[in-house]
Amino acid sequence: MSTLVIAEHDNATIKVATLNAVAAAQALGGDVDILVAGSSCDAAAQAAAQVPGVGKVLCADNAAYANQLAENVSLLIADVAASYDNIVAPATTNGKNTMPRVAALMNVAQVSDIISVESPDTFKRPIYAGNVIATVQSTDPKKVITVRTTAFDPVAAEGGSASVEEVGAVHDAGLSTFISEEVAESDRPELTAASVVISGGRGMQNGDNFQLLEGIADKLGAAIGASRAAVDAGFVPNDYQVGQTGKIVAPDLYIAVGISGAIQHLAGMKDSKIIVAINKDEDAPIFQVADYGLVADLFTALPEFEAAI
Amino acid sequence: MKALVAVKRVVDYNVKVRAKADGSDVELNNVKMAINPFCEIAVEEAVRLKEAGTVEEVVVVSIGEKSCQEQIRTALALGADRGIHVEVDGRVEPLEVAKLLKGVVDQEQPSLVILGKQSIDGDNNQTGQMLGALANMGQGTFASEIKIDGDTIAVTREVDGGLQTLKLNLPAIVTTDLRLNEPRYASLPNIMKAKKKQLDVTTPADLGVELMSHVVQLSVAPPPERAAGIKVEDVAQLVDKLKNEAKVIS
Repeated sequence: MSTLVIAEHDNATIKVATLNAVAAAQALGGDVDILVAGSSCDAAAQAAAQVPGVGKVLCADNAAYANQLAENVSLLIADVAASYDNIVAPATTNGKNTMPRVAALMNVAQVSDIISVESPDTFKRPIYAGNVIATVQSTDPKKVITVRTTAFDPVAAEGGSASVEEVGAVHDAGLSTFISEEVAESDRPELTAASVVISGGRGMQNGDNFQLLEGIADKLGAAIGASRAAVDAGFVPNDYQVGQTGKIVAPDLYIAVGISGAIQHLAGMKDSKIIVAINKDEDAPIFQVADYGLVADLFTALPEFEAAI
Repeated sequence: MKALVAVKRVVDYNVKVRAKADGSDVELNNVKMAINPFCEIAVEEAVRLKEAGTVEEVVVVSIGEKSCQEQIRTALALGADRGIHVEVDGRVEPLEVAKLLKGVVDQEQPSLVILGKQSIDGDNNQTGQMLGALANMGQGTFASEIKIDGDTIAVTREVDGGLQTLKLNLPAIVTTDLRLNEPRYASLPNIMKAKKKQLDVTTPADLGVELMSHVVQLSVAPPPERAAGIKVEDVAQLVDKLKNEAKVIS
């Protein structure tokens, strides 16, 4: 059996999500190769070749793949997929965008967001916002899978020496053009990669009050997140959202402030190692998952907390 | 131009869904059903395009048992013009939904297809992208803003770490994220009017699709419980625990 992992990268380096996906691919068994599709992405391909246990790295370097346009990259993956039994990608916004298109081109299902590999054709995945875990079996001859990154510990980034092969095929569907990207400028770590996350909910009352989290985040080197309620209320942008329909995080320390703990939110953070909840409502469901709960008014507790750390 | 919007009947988002005791499936007897929230945002966006004069007709399609006509009527009450019900029994997998929608796209020839980014039951996040592949259309997934300009559409997408804007040739697929808009409530007169709007029923056979199964659900179970911890007295005790017990801050 052979598995192709689709690398998440920025042309220069590979992202940790790739290493989580390789871990899932290894759980499937058999050979694991990595595809790096991008533009001037040789450095990323060389980095992928360092991942131990990888057979070879396929590098598709072309302007058509510059911004991971799903229309183009899906044609490439479906083309390369002919030699593989499984195609695996991390369930990042890129993976979620491209992989269903790949599956449809191959006329197979996609198994989304798996959290475990039970056997080469059987997987566990959360459904209904994480209220239920389904065990599903794929009957397709080839499997297209996206991986919930927090559920698979990343493999080592270095120590291997796979060969890098150029893929010459150029697929430009001519359907879409990249216009611009606004990457949130921040000195803070990325939400899904941070070892500490501090999130605010509806209890923050407005967007300005998120400043109360910033001083703490600066001191702890934390990323700032939010519940869906806070996003819905317009306090912060959607890319802050932690939850089943937002980002899935599993940091060493997760601090939930003014968050009641809707199942939607819990689905996105309950695999964190230590969970702290600060909420003035002592019956808030968040306390049922918190290792340390503090029943307090966040507007007094947060400045105290910032001063004490 | 014509906009096609796909809507799905799902368990209402306020319902806490549980696995049946025998683990065969989730308990769906006597639970409140509703239009999938992301699909509602899709309907709202299409109706706004019509109100702005960009779109002439909004057609809404749903795939499922007869009961999903309720959700089509909901969409019609929100301002869609006409409904199509593709009648299918039981669970239909995303790839098969995409094939049925491709059949509807072939018949209706819309310039724009708007879908929710995912349904809150299966949480697959697949159908729009699959339809894009089958219909050979560009896709703007997880959209937070769209602007139609002649025969192209600019879609701003919510991606990891920020926003990305793409330009797609029409016809194109858009899937909605939370912040695209805030759906309106249907007024009583519009609910009454919706009952008289045209709703056609079709079948997979009419659309030339033979349904297949690719993924079998073997069992369902509740997620592992996380043991509750302790309540601390004050901030000082919290910081002490984090430093000396959990050792997650120094």
